[in-house]
Amino acid sequence: MTAAPFTRLRLDGVGRRFGDTDALAGLDLTIEQGEFIALLGPSGCGKSTALNCLAGLLPLTAGSIWQDERRIDVLPPERRGFGMVFQNYALFPHLTVRRNIEFGLQMRRLPKPEIARRTAAALALVHLEEQAGRLPGQLSGGQQQRVAIARAVVLEPSLVLMDEPLSNLDAKLRLEMRTEIRRLHQSLGLTTVYVTHDQEEALSMADRLVVLRQGRVQQVGTPEDLHARPANWHVADFMGFRNLLPATAVGAGPGVVGVDVEGVRLAGTAVAAVTAGERVAVGVRPEDLHVVDAPAPGEGPSAEGDGRLAATVSVVEYQGREFAVEVAAGGLRLHLRTAARLVPGDPVTLRVPPDRLLVFPADGGDGAGGGLPAVPAALGEVGGDARRSPVATAAAT
Amino acid sequence: MSAPAAAPSRGADPGLRHRLAERGVDARLLLLVPGMVFVVGLFVYPFCYGLGLSFQPAKGGGPFADYQRFFSDAYQRDTIGKTLRLAVPAALLNVLASVPIAYRMRGRFRGKRLLTTALVVPITLGTVLTAEGLLTFLGPRGWLNRALTGLGIVDEPVTLIQNYWGVFFSIVISGFPFAFLLILSYLSGIDPSLERAAATLGAGWWQRFRRITLPLLAPGLATTFCLTFVLAFSVFPSAYLVGDPTGETRVISIAAYEAAYQQYDYAFGSTIAVIMGAIELAVIGLVLAWRSRFYAGTTGGKGS
Repeated sequence: MTAAPFTRLRLDGVGRRFGDTDALAGLDLTIEQGEFIALLGPSGCGKSTALNCLAGLLPLTAGSIWQDERRIDVLPPERRGFGMVFQNYALFPHLTVRRNIEFGLQMRRLPKPEIARRTAAALALVHLEEQAGRLPGQLSGGQQQRVAIARAVVLEPSLVLMDEPLSNLDAKLRLEMRTEIRRLHQSLGLTTVYVTHDQEEALSMADRLVVLRQGRVQQVGTPEDLHARPANWHVADFMGFRNLLPATAVGAGPGVVGVDVEGVRLAGTAVAAVTAGERVAVGVRPEDLHVVDAPAPGEGPSAEGDGRLAATVSVVEYQGREFAVEVAAGGLRLHLRTAARLVPGDPVTLRVPPDRLLVFPADGGDGAGGGLPAVPAALGEVGGDARRSPVATAAAT
Repeated sequence: MSAPAAAPSRGADPGLRHRLAERGVDARLLLLVPGMVFVVGLFVYPFCYGLGLSFQPAKGGGPFADYQRFFSDAYQRDTIGKTLRLAVPAALLNVLASVPIAYRMRGRFRGKRLLTTALVVPITLGTVLTAEGLLTFLGPRGWLNRALTGLGIVDEPVTLIQNYWGVFFSIVISGFPFAFLLILSYLSGIDPSLERAAATLGAGWWQRFRRITLPLLAPGLATTFCLTFVLAFSVFPSAYLVGDPTGETRVISIAAYEAAYQQYDYAFGSTIAVIMGAIELAVIGLVLAWRSRFYAGTTGGKGS
């Protein structure tokens, strides 16, 4: 039951049903040794289910998990040799920090001197030598977090699983621990699977991201892939495309197509084939909309030609170095970020770069249902605020 | 003291009121009055009265004469041992039997409420009905003995009533639901992710139970033992109904009852009751001393 190192961990059609609902379905993923994988998605998307299946805490109802050529999904958690960091840390409250870290080593029946040596090294790794004799309840949240990490990595596990380990920390500590976890991952040569609902966290830490929604994989790719080319509007919604609106295609794609958004003509880049007249979703990040000085020629709200659009400022929020601004152009409401000092009622001219305005098929491309809501304003508000929009994240950090 | 701009119109010194409020003294304390009246009138006063009575022997001979009389008379003294022999094993059995069942039942499953209800019913029935049932079921012509003799397991009916075992079963039946419900709630308070964490660290089920759950549960076990022990130690109706009240199950409460209501020696009855209380306190003290060796903080896992 030692932590056998592996070169490849393969999830083959992994699924988990609870009653009649698929919490996770058809997860295919190959994890190379040394990779940092983030499972990303809103709550209830199946990311924690996937992690628990991997840890062995939840039996699979479909598929299999292979560690190189060895099938491991039939093993109980104590025989898999994976380390796990829980969302609430799950430190043993009756054991001191030192005993918490020793626990796994004692379970392996290692000789006493080795246990002492490795525990001391783990304590030093997370800078908790002075707190070794304390109980978890006497530590701050960040210190508890570090104990949980030390307890998991002291076993030198072949795979470390982390279940939203930073979600209980305050914003400042979250940033520090993010760097700390990434540093440990690199210096110890760990293979990590990290579950989070925070797209910023996932983008900044992971080598590859797996975006899940309603138990199904939406997209697997590098942070750059997901940031620049979300596969569908659900991923876009999660990746900070706060301006996500229902529209109708005017031209046909792939490539640059014209779209009609609430009566406003815009040009965008289709991520998948669309036909003229098809209902689509268009998305653009607030930071990709620019306020330009030169006013648009007076032909009304249209941006198909040069990507310029006349609009009126409706809401301005101060965000430190920038302002988050909501503008209205005809029936269209857009969020953008600008350093310009604007006042509600100001007329502005926007540039909407056609390569940054992405056009998605309206069904999300995965057949999982859940079309865009009919009212664009409602989508802008709910979609932007309920999840972590870039504006909200910037304000929180 | 300079009066503030809005001088108190009712004449109360605001400084005094604030100082009292700092110590938690305010009008809400009046809410305690009904409860205090109840406790003083129905518990503290009778207790002190009985304690005083125990030092005033009816036959004279100094304040400790009745205590000497109790401990010098083997017939009375032996009731302590008889009661402990019933109460300690019964309380232990109740606690130990509850742990695995509660451990299995702490999760959510279909029919949990029905099972819990079934387990609670014995509490509501009361000891007399339980005793009646035991007399019928365990008696020489009861189902159990007829089944045992019918199956050829025993030749003679086993004597399970009018002796130690009848009282023991009765105590277990009425005490088990208490123990079970208490332990179930203690177990439910232990964060299940602790055991999962132990599993990912390589601990098998026995190690998880012994190293994580049991130490966190120990204080709850101690409390549960104390409560079921006190219930069992004061056994009275079943010692009469299904026991052998003149011999094997002449428990200490029978001795107190006989002294007070058959010999009309209230002072001696009070003495026996005080001794009974002192023994209970001694056992509870021992258990709590053992308990204090264990971690007694939060079991929610986050430790905050």
